[in-house]
Amino acid sequence: MSEKVKVSIDGITIEVEPGTSILNAARIIGGDIVPPAMCYYSKLEGSGGKCRTCLVKVSKGSEKDPRPMPKLVASCRTAVMDGMEVQNITSPEVKEARKGVVEMLLINHPLDCPVCDQAGECHLQDLGYEHGSEATRYEFERRTFDRIDIGDKIQLHMTRCILCYRCVYVADQLTEKREHGILGRGDASEISTYIEKAIENDFSGNVIDVCPVGALTDKTFRFKQRVWFTKPVEAHRDCPTCTGKVSLWYKGEDVIRVTARKDVYGEVEDFICNTCRFEKKNTNDWIIDGPRQISNRSVISSNHYEQLAPPPVVRKNLALQAANKEEFERATKH
Amino acid sequence: MESLSNRKKVIEQKPMTLAERMYLPAIAKGLAITFKHMFKKKETIFYPEQERPISENWRGLHSLKRDENGKERCTACGLCALACPAEAITMIAAERKKGEEHLYREEKYAAVYEVNMLRCIFCGLCEEACPKEAIYLDGPFVGADYLRKDFIYGKDKLVEEPLKS
Repeated sequence: MSEKVKVSIDGITIEVEPGTSILNAARIIGGDIVPPAMCYYSKLEGSGGKCRTCLVKVSKGSEKDPRPMPKLVASCRTAVMDGMEVQNITSPEVKEARKGVVEMLLINHPLDCPVCDQAGECHLQDLGYEHGSEATRYEFERRTFDRIDIGDKIQLHMTRCILCYRCVYVADQLTEKREHGILGRGDASEISTYIEKAIENDFSGNVIDVCPVGALTDKTFRFKQRVWFTKPVEAHRDCPTCTGKVSLWYKGEDVIRVTARKDVYGEVEDFICNTCRFEKKNTNDWIIDGPRQISNRSVISSNHYEQLAPPPVVRKNLALQAANKEEFERATKH
Repeated sequence: MESLSNRKKVIEQKPMTLAERMYLPAIAKGLAITFKHMFKKKETIFYPEQERPISENWRGLHSLKRDENGKERCTACGLCALACPAEAITMIAAERKKGEEHLYREEKYAAVYEVNMLRCIFCGLCEEACPKEAIYLDGPFVGADYLRKDFIYGKDKLVEEPLKS
């Protein structure tokens, strides 16, 4: 391997392999300085560079050429250079640009979150909440499409799509034959199958998981339950086609949805097959590994009190902490 | 110890005099008070025939609203149930079928919507959470009943009357 390069993101310096993108370097550091990404997907080759939410400012190009880059760059597509200095949340310019990008992405989005099944785990919702403005300035007709069934298990709501191309890459890279793609250009472009042809492939269901918005949704879960009323549990099974590692979403006793396990960036750990996703909805099909960790900032974890949040008086006082040792242990056991 | 507020009255207990022991002046005084009140304005009203005026920000029984075309506004998004601190609200969503467009506003609607009035604390958070302006606590008092199950109000009691055309 060649020598590692030094890059500084928001003042935090890290050494990474040459050729790493700024986004991935930021993800190695982790925390708040990671730029959000709607189209980049680390498991899909060639993804990224479409949504522009990961824009960052490069205030110093490299050690050899210290001039700053003239414009904000997409961090998922820009490789790091030795001595590069990147500003993400420390730059007001980036924040401003990101706000603009969110507004752009929401121009044609129908904002039908109360109806949408993705609400609660939608990346566009999170992005809009964190970086967007409250109101829209757009006053024209939003484009509308009819719902399309892609096979009998997947539904496509083209109105909600932000054209991130992730599902197209899934179809390209996971399945042998791609049957859906993007038709048309510019604002007329849309995801479509040729003559609404059903996708018949073992891994076609993964387009649901990679979709950052509610454009591709599980028809078997349609309007069943809101995400935040379901309880996610990690489980696995011996599957001949995939790894069989999934998250089961329970409502009461019933498994109402099966998805792949997602990491902190909302990317799946392993792609799962359609048999696991759509046909194994009984608890006795699965071996339960334990409860799924959900960020306490997520709406899914709201109204659940598993995490112990001690009052300030306990947080400061060691004697009280020792007295409540049993409660702390119980709360942090999982 | 000395009293701080100085409002304390020390009662002296003396033996009663003869006039006091006959109780006649006391009975006359008591009857006078009773008769005086007969000519005063009544403080009570004949509920439920009569009702008191209620405040503008009064919160009573929930009602599920309809829009200007008489369609139900609720889309069963579940935000009211999420906001509810007493967990009084439950619902089951359903998909609108062809031919039901005049009944429901969006493609999803609440097939079952139940508020447990024994749990509800009338805080109005559901009203605030609703993105569709579908629920308002603008009704009357919740009535009395004999069985606990009768306090679970379904859509039959909550949804507004359909528009008269």
